[in-house]
Amino acid sequence: MKYLDEFGDPAIARALLDDIARIVTKPWAIMEICGGQTHTIIRNGIDQLLPGGIELIHGPGCPVCVTPLETIDRAMAIAALPGVIFASFGDMIRVPGSSVDLFQIKASGGDVRIVYSPLDAVRIAQANPDKQVVFFGIGFETTAPANAMTVQLAKQLGLRNFSLLASHVLVPPAITAILDSPRRRVQGFLAAGHVCTVMGMGEYLPLVEKYHVPIVVTGFEPLDVLQGIRMVLVQLESGRAELENAYPRAVSAEGNLAAQAVVRDVFTVCDRAWRGISVIPDSGWRVADKYAEFDAELRFDVSDIKATESPLCHSGEVLQGFLKPNQCPAFGQECTPRKPLGAPMVSSEGACAAYYHFRRIQTPATA
Amino acid sequence: MSDRPDLENWSCPLPLRDHPNVVMGHGGGGRLSAELVEHLLLPAFAGTHDADVLNQLGDAAVLSLSGRRVAFSTDSYVVQPRFFPGGNIGDLAVNGTINDLAVSGAVPLALSVGLILEEGLALSELAFIANTMGMAARRAGVSIVTGDTKVVDFGHGDGVYINTSGIGVVPAGVDLGPHRVTPGDAVIVSGVIGRHGVAVLSVREGLEFGSDICTDTVPLNGLVHDLLGSGVEVHMMRDPTRGGVAATLNEIATSARVGVEIVERNVPVPDDVRAACGFLGLDPLYVANEGCLVAFVSAADADQAIAVMRNHEFGRDATLIGYVTGDHVGTVVARTSIGGQRVVDLPLAEQLPRIC
Repeated sequence: MKYLDEFGDPAIARALLDDIARIVTKPWAIMEICGGQTHTIIRNGIDQLLPGGIELIHGPGCPVCVTPLETIDRAMAIAALPGVIFASFGDMIRVPGSSVDLFQIKASGGDVRIVYSPLDAVRIAQANPDKQVVFFGIGFETTAPANAMTVQLAKQLGLRNFSLLASHVLVPPAITAILDSPRRRVQGFLAAGHVCTVMGMGEYLPLVEKYHVPIVVTGFEPLDVLQGIRMVLVQLESGRAELENAYPRAVSAEGNLAAQAVVRDVFTVCDRAWRGISVIPDSGWRVADKYAEFDAELRFDVSDIKATESPLCHSGEVLQGFLKPNQCPAFGQECTPRKPLGAPMVSSEGACAAYYHFRRIQTPATA
Repeated sequence: MSDRPDLENWSCPLPLRDHPNVVMGHGGGGRLSAELVEHLLLPAFAGTHDADVLNQLGDAAVLSLSGRRVAFSTDSYVVQPRFFPGGNIGDLAVNGTINDLAVSGAVPLALSVGLILEEGLALSELAFIANTMGMAARRAGVSIVTGDTKVVDFGHGDGVYINTSGIGVVPAGVDLGPHRVTPGDAVIVSGVIGRHGVAVLSVREGLEFGSDICTDTVPLNGLVHDLLGSGVEVHMMRDPTRGGVAATLNEIATSARVGVEIVERNVPVPDDVRAACGFLGLDPLYVANEGCLVAFVSAADADQAIAVMRNHEFGRDATLIGYVTGDHVGTVVARTSIGGQRVVDLPLAEQLPRIC
């Protein structure tokens, strides 16, 4: 079992789709939380293959997309400083701040490096004791443990030249915000499988009970997503609202306890602004006070940097499922992957970019 | 400093204004590269006798010289790190230019080698790279006939940069190019894709991951010779280097004014490449190759073309991946494995590893 070809098997996909078509008796709106799932859906054309009345609403689960412009501007300001090595995950590099992106900082002489593992940033700090090394630690619960480990490791190594610019966001408060919205349309959720790999499933039970909404923990390959959709639809059609797991090969009920312990040690819960949405209470993690010396926001005094979004960008509406990307007036006009007004157009997991890249044929020709 | 050019009054062509300075994407083989060529370089080089040859933007220019058609190509190699699984910058530089000549239909004959060396580079390393280049040329049956060496100050280069240029002769009767591509043509790749880009990424600082994936760099002139000599009606070939198969198919769809439809599941991607791309968040269709080509051949000859390629040591995994269509002109569409479809877009610049 290699988990790639097998979970894209055409015959099983067809069987799942046929099953879904049999189950469905009326229209339903399901939100996939995670941008990785959005990407799978659009890249494989899953939404085109579902029965007509089934709408997939693309949720706010792309970490690049919801990182506030202000945080990105602060990252740019730090990355442009002399004597700084700024390390980041690859897809954060092209996200535009108010005036520049990290590529342009690099082109102007900034030392910006792409790393795959956050721990590589610590290694860069060890190798460059005369430089300040900053890692841009963003993401959901999925990336938080490895980001938190950088701080633990830096402390353990006695590194005085490493800090973390942390802007973590949490899924359950976002689901709560979506369910509390007076414009709520979502009737069931595909929860983000890899978030649950870390955090387990326990946080979602209160949501299922309070809002009577089906939540199915779902993976990322085409068959995973189809199975998640099928399980949500079975619940909706039978009037049930339960927490189920469609991704048992990666997710256990309790999650990764060691990872949770690292995160609890290094981070503390805070209110967090979600780009295009608003501040959601208790929806983020920041570096805890006991590790303040490793907090880049404190080390580089960038807290006075403020930013304003383009008024043309409706990414907040898109990320909450009120607009499809191609219903945004700026889509493919003022806003394209090469000149994105909002992050969903730039990140490979962003709903707008997914529509732009993979759906150009059905959208007005603008390329 | 009165001879300093007046840069203040230079007006950037509109499509380039998003990036007033060179960014890495201008060398990535995607949309940014194409725009730099179209809006800055082509206008600057216009008006020469053979400008229409340049405007074809082929991997190699084909010139008529004293009644013979001579292909001429150049390429510069700045790969970092210089050594990667299965090869180094040296064999890459030799094979790369040979392949650019070969896919234009030419028999590659001779190469030049320009070396830009950084002060401080170990001579043992230079010797190793030079020996690799010699071996690669001998293996391909192509001569290195001229060269140049320059040294730049420490810190002003990256060890070794190599430029290779090459010439070859296009045999009588061979006519390849976008003007030959027509709806119905079969689209064939000569081997598995994605190995070179993943091999280099696997050893790049900050991204090291355990992998046995080796570059696919090989000379393709022998394979091309067999294919063109087999009687198969070949309409066009390209080697899908930077930007991968996706960029190559997009360029051909645009220049030939056709649509291309591929069947995603038929694209040969080795399991280890697929796995590496999976966890880095990359699409193999956009990953660079250095040892395979994409051929557009008459549909009636598709089976024979594949058989001829598979008979050659560098074409064992040749596979039909799709067809040319008269629909969606200028656009490449993939049938996804579960039966949906999507556009395979020209990349903006190099792909970036994803967060999660």
